[in-house]
Amino acid sequence: MNVPLTPANGGCRTAPILKERGQREVFCGLTGIIWLHRKMQDAFFLVVGSRTCAHLLQSAAGVMIFAEPRFGTAILEEQDLAGMADAHKELDREVARLLARRPDIRQLFLVGSCPSEVIKIDLARAAERLSQVHAPHVRVLNYSGSGIETTFTEGEDACLASMVPVLKDTKARELLVVGALPDVVEDQMVSLLTDMGIGPIRLLPARRIDDTTAVGENTVFALTQPFLGDTHAALERRGARHLAAPFPFGDEGTTAWLRTIATEFGVSAETFEAVTAAPRARARKAIAQAAEALRGKSVFFFPDSQLEIPLARFLTRECGMTAIEVGSPYIHDALHGPDLDLLPAGPQISEGQDVDKQLARARAARPDLTVCGLGLANPLEAEGLSTKWAIELVFTPVHFYEQAGDLAGLFSRPLRRKAVLQMEAAE
Amino acid sequence: MKLTVWTYEGPPHVGAMRVATAMKGLHYVLHAPQGDTYADLLFTMIERRNHRPPVSYTTFQARDLGADTATLFKASCQDAVDRFQPEAIIVGASCTAELIQDDPAGLAETMGLSIPVIPLELPSYSRKENFGADETFYQIVKTLAQPQERTARVTCNILGPTALGFRARDDVEELTGLLSEMGINVNVVAPLNATPSDIARLPAAHFNVLLSPETGEAAARFLEKNHNQPFTKVVPIGVGATRDFIKEVVAITGKSVAVDESRLRMPWWSRSVDSTYLTGKRVFIFGDGTHVAAHARIARDEMGFEVVGMGCYNREMARPIRALAKEYGVDALITDDYLEVEAAIEALSPEMILGTQMERHIGKRLGIPCAVISAPVHVQDFPARYSPQVGFEGANVIFDTLIHPLVMGLEEHLLTMFRDDFEFHDDAGASHHGGKAKAKVEETVDVPAEPQGDNVIWLSDAERELKKIPFFVRGKARRNTETFALEKGLHEISLDTLYEAKAHYAR
Repeated sequence: MNVPLTPANGGCRTAPILKERGQREVFCGLTGIIWLHRKMQDAFFLVVGSRTCAHLLQSAAGVMIFAEPRFGTAILEEQDLAGMADAHKELDREVARLLARRPDIRQLFLVGSCPSEVIKIDLARAAERLSQVHAPHVRVLNYSGSGIETTFTEGEDACLASMVPVLKDTKARELLVVGALPDVVEDQMVSLLTDMGIGPIRLLPARRIDDTTAVGENTVFALTQPFLGDTHAALERRGARHLAAPFPFGDEGTTAWLRTIATEFGVSAETFEAVTAAPRARARKAIAQAAEALRGKSVFFFPDSQLEIPLARFLTRECGMTAIEVGSPYIHDALHGPDLDLLPAGPQISEGQDVDKQLARARAARPDLTVCGLGLANPLEAEGLSTKWAIELVFTPVHFYEQAGDLAGLFSRPLRRKAVLQMEAAE
Repeated sequence: MKLTVWTYEGPPHVGAMRVATAMKGLHYVLHAPQGDTYADLLFTMIERRNHRPPVSYTTFQARDLGADTATLFKASCQDAVDRFQPEAIIVGASCTAELIQDDPAGLAETMGLSIPVIPLELPSYSRKENFGADETFYQIVKTLAQPQERTARVTCNILGPTALGFRARDDVEELTGLLSEMGINVNVVAPLNATPSDIARLPAAHFNVLLSPETGEAAARFLEKNHNQPFTKVVPIGVGATRDFIKEVVAITGKSVAVDESRLRMPWWSRSVDSTYLTGKRVFIFGDGTHVAAHARIARDEMGFEVVGMGCYNREMARPIRALAKEYGVDALITDDYLEVEAAIEALSPEMILGTQMERHIGKRLGIPCAVISAPVHVQDFPARYSPQVGFEGANVIFDTLIHPLVMGLEEHLLTMFRDDFEFHDDAGASHHGGKAKAKVEETVDVPAEPQGDNVIWLSDAERELKKIPFFVRGKARRNTETFALEKGLHEISLDTLYEAKAHYAR
């Protein structure tokens, strides 16, 4: 089996991290609802928050998904704050009305926001009470997607972590794969593992509420997303064991991720090779095509989704780019360590943000490609820098072999576009 | 607590951002938790602005709540002043910061900054975006406007256009041109592109043109009361309104002028024979109060449509829109709940909607064409081309906007004549909208039709005939026939009933 070689000049795992605290230009965890509500087809996400929360969800969704979406905001009004209305009674009423209208809903998430946390509405108590009222048809859970508690993708982490305590107990030796993936990608992953003879494979989150996803001391779990720190901890508390691996981006990441699981389940080198050879070859070919525009170019990551470190590893090792700065909102060694080991030393690794200082660093470095949020992209383009909106990396299928070329393509497209646009007068 | 999925307006601090982002040399220090920075993308993505909004957020997190968010606010404030060197700052809180009661205004005051500090009190749990913009602009004007001599020549200010405004960029240009033709110079446009020192010069103008009452009326009233500047009440959207506006300006200035109307094509476009098919088209109008009022007049008097319903989402405009609806003989719908708007549209089944991006989605769902005439905005509402709504060019632009979603004159007839054609049928849609024409699927009606409305049953031959009617008039035909049947006390609709109703409603 091909073990990825650690870089000759050492990796970044022990490199000093620049920790910054200042203005953070990031989304809050509520944003995760945009993809989670599509993933879990029988779930409804009810944010208990303000008009700002509702406005964020609608703005982050970009194009409004007008088939009545499976999320909404219970907007707190003045009387709720002044204590004139019992917030819990109001919430019960809204939930009853909602569930009556949507009998297809089997799981309801009460999602805490900044205002609900500041005024201390106890959503855990509300979820418990509402679960009793609406059981067995509907399971009610709660988590916080507030900006004071969560940064962007941490919302998914909080959501999945809230599901761990209600998973059934099992003594069976099972593989649990954790992280919301587009269905098509998830199917590819399951089929690769199944072809190696690994199973049963359980998924968190499952597409629909089910009794098959269980956890116990014989469970081993793999993460498909690098932002699932709390879920990781919650699963370990249930006795499950984490299979640490680089994340499945690109040929190398996917192979390393699969190999870690294959090794755990005693898959032979021949079987592994037989299952992965063809998709690996396809991935390499696709990456090589898309990476032409990337080779020798520099990249600068603003912190956004915690995908930055694995993606920097992919771009530097498989696409020939040089990383100048790799910013991540948070760095967890247990999750990001394997990718940091492989990321060649050199880039500044930074955690947290002081956006104006970081912008000054980016302007000074003038990277060929800057990966940043939607609020910064057009202003930087106007200054002549090419950018890639980070949110697209979360909304697009980018994991595993068959998407490796698309992933490289997301980064090369802005550079190719810059090269094709010619608006000067002809000579 | 109120369950909401989509909202017409954001929170009031987003309104304040619309003012701050429109201006130059002004900075907004916003006490807000991490995540509220999402609002930047409204400006950089939807409006394609090439600068970050001039907003510093404190982006506090849970760990700061235990410590000292007030110090954090002061540090952000000092940083912003040092880094961006604005002429003035506005300070305020978003919804969460309002709850922790740090008093940004008081904190900023104690800092002894050398520039004007304008505190904002925007109640997040009772008011919304338009109020936030109006109130912010008013506070800025109140603090900065200086009493001074009037300019020697007759000048005016244009008040109200903000960032993320509906066609504000082009409306300012068109209006400036129109005023210039009347011999009136524009002293200051605000807030769009104005600096704090421009705001100080506002009282030098002889009068104010209130372009966007939603975002500029409080400031206009303040300037009228305290600086003796009258302001215009007519918003010049549409041919008639533009002519009224010119009369109003003449009355204020006492200067009579002949305005060149040679660029105004709209009246002839509307009178030309191709437009005959527009006559009596049933339209539903929804948006902000100002645009709804303007479009009601355009729809009825300038396009020859029939207005079957109207309403607005901003409660501040409820009274004038209710009065206007009464004049048009329809009920006004004042709500910010899009489900109510959708229900109203479904019940009225108009042939066209003049609405916002929200109604465009509703129209898509119900199969009713929609022209977008008002904020809330979408990236499509910031066209690259010159596309004003006000003045004579605005009237030309609106004519095009209103007919684009419709099936055009001759095409309408062809669809009716050859409605059984396998390619040229209802579901193919209007030919100028692209999209692949779908092959016709033959439908068979064998189940007895469901009772529609009040126990009127469609017999299968009538139901089949109804399906042959082109989609853009089918809703009306169904409604008319059912109303006719009810009036005649019929419980079944046969083929004859359908055609009797058609004859009854012929016009």
